[in-house]
Amino acid sequence: MNHGTPSGDTRLRMSRLFPGGKSQKARATAVLFVLPAFTAYAVFVLAPLVMSLYYSTLRWDGIGKARFTGLANYVTVLTDPDLLSIIGNAFELVLYFTVIPVLLGLAVASAIRGHMAGTFGTLTRTILFLPQVIPLVAAGIAWSWMFASTGLVNQALTAVGLADWARGWLGDFDFALPAVGIIGAWVLLGLCTMLLVTGITKIDPSLYEAARLDGARPWHEFRYVTLPGLRQEIGVCITVTVISALASFDIVYIATGGGPGITTMVPGLEIYRLAFAHRQVGLASALAIVLMVLVLIAITPVQWYAREKK
Amino acid sequence: MTAAKPKAWLARLLLALLMTVTLLPFLSMFTAALAPSGSYPNGLSWPDDPQWNNFVKAFEAANMGQLLLSSTLIVLGVVPISVLAATMAGYGLAKLTGGRNKWIYLVFVAGLTLPFEAVITPLYYEVRAFGLLNTRFAIILPLIGLYMPFSVYWMRAHFLNVPNDLTEAAQLDGATRWKEFWLVQVPLARPAIMSLTILLFLWTWNQFLLPVVLVRDPSLRTMAGALGAFQGQWGTDVPLLCAGSLLILAPTVLLFLVFQRHFVAALLQGSVKG
Repeated sequence: MNHGTPSGDTRLRMSRLFPGGKSQKARATAVLFVLPAFTAYAVFVLAPLVMSLYYSTLRWDGIGKARFTGLANYVTVLTDPDLLSIIGNAFELVLYFTVIPVLLGLAVASAIRGHMAGTFGTLTRTILFLPQVIPLVAAGIAWSWMFASTGLVNQALTAVGLADWARGWLGDFDFALPAVGIIGAWVLLGLCTMLLVTGITKIDPSLYEAARLDGARPWHEFRYVTLPGLRQEIGVCITVTVISALASFDIVYIATGGGPGITTMVPGLEIYRLAFAHRQVGLASALAIVLMVLVLIAITPVQWYAREKK
Repeated sequence: MTAAKPKAWLARLLLALLMTVTLLPFLSMFTAALAPSGSYPNGLSWPDDPQWNNFVKAFEAANMGQLLLSSTLIVLGVVPISVLAATMAGYGLAKLTGGRNKWIYLVFVAGLTLPFEAVITPLYYEVRAFGLLNTRFAIILPLIGLYMPFSVYWMRAHFLNVPNDLTEAAQLDGATRWKEFWLVQVPLARPAIMSLTILLFLWTWNQFLLPVVLVRDPSLRTMAGALGAFQGQWGTDVPLLCAGSLLILAPTVLLFLVFQRHFVAALLQGSVKG
């Protein structure tokens, strides 16, 4: 993509001989092309990010005078038992948001291993993508109803003779967080499945034949052909799902509001609550920065794994 | 050659199971929406006397006409400008800037994994300082900025794959460069632009955090943001809540069904590249 490729164009040679006006103009043009996007990005992302960093060093109720407190807010975020368990909740959600869709997606992909052609393929794609199209809020409302005391989950449990298990899932101290996790898994399941199903069609079929000639069992085939071949797609699934688990907001806001207690509270919702309900802008900002860093830390190894040469 | 594919019936069974799980919540909402308003229906049971009227009631209670208008205005404010700015920047970064300016691109990419929650607090004070709190611009302007990392990344990736001969045919000055951009590059980029438009439309329409924080009046919000308020108001009336939710998610689902192929392609590529 470099611009210096030899060419017979004399004007090009001129501009190399006299790098004054011409390249200056070229640079001005480049700047004009990039400027609108960069301005929007700078004003509404970079500047707020710097402000977040600044706020995180303050003790400020958002109205009165702010007081500089250095890193005190960060110390609170990293030592307060409530805030730590809220961060822990986000990581527990990863178990559901990431592990269930990726494992089920892998199972389906290796069972199909091929294009999903025809009407059945289109129908499958359409239905599995529905949760990606609707607002997360709607998914939250739908599942609040599924998990309600007269909802479908309890109805099904009663039908198979497990009426003792029926409960208001989202109000239960032990089961609320897994229930929220299931909502996320439901939303992300179709996307991961389709990514992996599409990815597996790109693996050279001769690899499978070779494996079979070598007497590989299905498990070995999966382990030594499918998994390495899907490295990039698995990386994508993990990245997308981990981010949506750690930065979750919509589903929790609608389904539980963080309750009961703080059993389903997540950093995203806690930032909102601290900043706008409790007027602890400094602490909210420190938590926001910590959340951003945690996402980066969680994503980086996945990117390395996905980029490694096959 | 018998390629001894894994058993097809197993695959179909698994898929059928997944599809059922995906559809059940919608079905359950649908049957609940037809139960008498204010009653406590069962998870999945066809009511004796389906109350189709609930949808009319929910339409009025949710102020659906106003919401459709508001969401459309917000989408129209966000998507065309974002796509244009990102296409220009993607072109500029892929074709007009060399190694020394790579940092600009890296600054954009650094925003790719940024959770919106990380900047929502300062955004509130910033938007308030601009005097835009509780207006649609409070959603529109920040979203344009927040979408730039992905959009620029996406368009740059497209322009990197366009052969250079096209651009080098002439060393162009600013004015002709601009012409070349519109007459040659943009038409060629149509598929990439189409996918980006679909993704940005969906993300804007379904955006929840910004409307909830920055706009108090539900009738000035996006559909998703208004749904939050609707739940707060009607949360105890399950049939009405279900009817309202189904109405609110209907527009995107309808669009999705019509443009199914484009949506699926956009969502798949979108996550691979993002």
